[in-house]
Amino acid sequence: MIPPAFEYLRPKTVPEAVQMLQQHGDEAKILSGGQSLIPMMKLRLARPAFIIDINRIAGLSYIKEEGGFLKIGGLTREAELEASHIVKSKYPLLMDTAEVIADPQVRNMATVGGNLAHGDPANDHPATMMALGAQIVATGSKGERVIPIEQFFVTLFTTALKQDEILTEIRIPIPPAKSGGAYEKLERKVGDFATAAVAVQLTLDASGAVASAGIALTNAGPTPIKAKKAEDFLRGKKPDAATIAQAAQLASEAAQPSADLRGPAAYKVGLAKELAKRAIATAVARAGK
Amino acid sequence: MAKQTIKVKINGREREASVEPRLLLVHLIRESLGQTGTHIGCDTSNCGACTVMLNGKTIKSCTMFAVQADGGELMTVEGLIQNGQWHPLQEGFKEEHGLQCGFCTPGMLMSSYALLQKNPNPTEEDIRWGISGNLCRCTGYQNIVKAVQFAAKKMAQGGTK
Repeated sequence: MIPPAFEYLRPKTVPEAVQMLQQHGDEAKILSGGQSLIPMMKLRLARPAFIIDINRIAGLSYIKEEGGFLKIGGLTREAELEASHIVKSKYPLLMDTAEVIADPQVRNMATVGGNLAHGDPANDHPATMMALGAQIVATGSKGERVIPIEQFFVTLFTTALKQDEILTEIRIPIPPAKSGGAYEKLERKVGDFATAAVAVQLTLDASGAVASAGIALTNAGPTPIKAKKAEDFLRGKKPDAATIAQAAQLASEAAQPSADLRGPAAYKVGLAKELAKRAIATAVARAGK
Repeated sequence: MAKQTIKVKINGREREASVEPRLLLVHLIRESLGQTGTHIGCDTSNCGACTVMLNGKTIKSCTMFAVQADGGELMTVEGLIQNGQWHPLQEGFKEEHGLQCGFCTPGMLMSSYALLQKNPNPTEEDIRWGISGNLCRCTGYQNIVKAVQFAAKKMAQGGTK
């Protein structure tokens, strides 16, 4: 399948890319990893007149801890997350997520920034970043602004990014001691979108009770869904089996999935409950280490 | 749209081509550069038949524009053979019957090649994860795994890379 014709632009700096976005407005699309955009163009679901390829912009690919945050550059590839020592040692939720996105070839190209900016609730990073309480740095004509992740996803394929903004960085608060996370995803086969998936990030206090909890659901509605009732329920409680089961029940009640080829809605709600249970249990075990 | 001239190195040879921006990399490889070993399978980024190496990493060449590869170094299945000698992976696929119809094989070989570069002594699970972006509808993967194991063993003995 040959995508529709377009004009190809290759900026060398972020300001140059922003200027191109301003000039071409709705007709332009940013090309990052391209692993969602190019398939959509082949299917004529997207037909941008201008492609702004940001892959040659230097300095947008990094993973570093700085100023209380893990900072991930907008162009960082999924494969780079997987290979990152910092991610492996301190961010198990992020590692779990990176490993189950698409397949090795796609992860060599696909970017964390693109996974979020695409605004697809079936993508895996949106729920993960919600559980982690991340912030999105958007760079536009007026400079940088920071968007809390809970305000980033507006609706299906729509984010809070303005027409002339580029997602340039993701900031994740460095978790305190006794923190752990997990991502549980069921997919029909490697490379498929989640039938359902649950992201959990927890911190325990000195007594072993839950000090803070972030729980979010993938592919359970038009945006990733933050399971606030489940988070509130867990806080202050010792995470024993009965408490985890009740939190998982509450998390599944937040799901609003649609029926599709992956299964009926009721099945997906049931699945979210089981995956939430497993993800919370794993996060607790990892936090306790 | 205006054509642009791009330069790529493919299997060690510098080549130049004039491309429309929407030309997919796999079409550049097969049609402009004449390297038809790389296959187009599903054309939707699912099957991995079009897998090639770009700057040392495997990618699906049906899901990248040729202009994106400008200045880059490509390796396709044709690049595996060295001085007329089959790569141990190619031998492995022959000896262990790692293919039936052969359509997925070029992509399987490239993914296996990338895997063995990163991990010369993979477990069966490592191999299955390594080729998880490649579909085969004939073999049930059993003999592909054996073929990669054959190559890993041979490379460890022979010092080939």
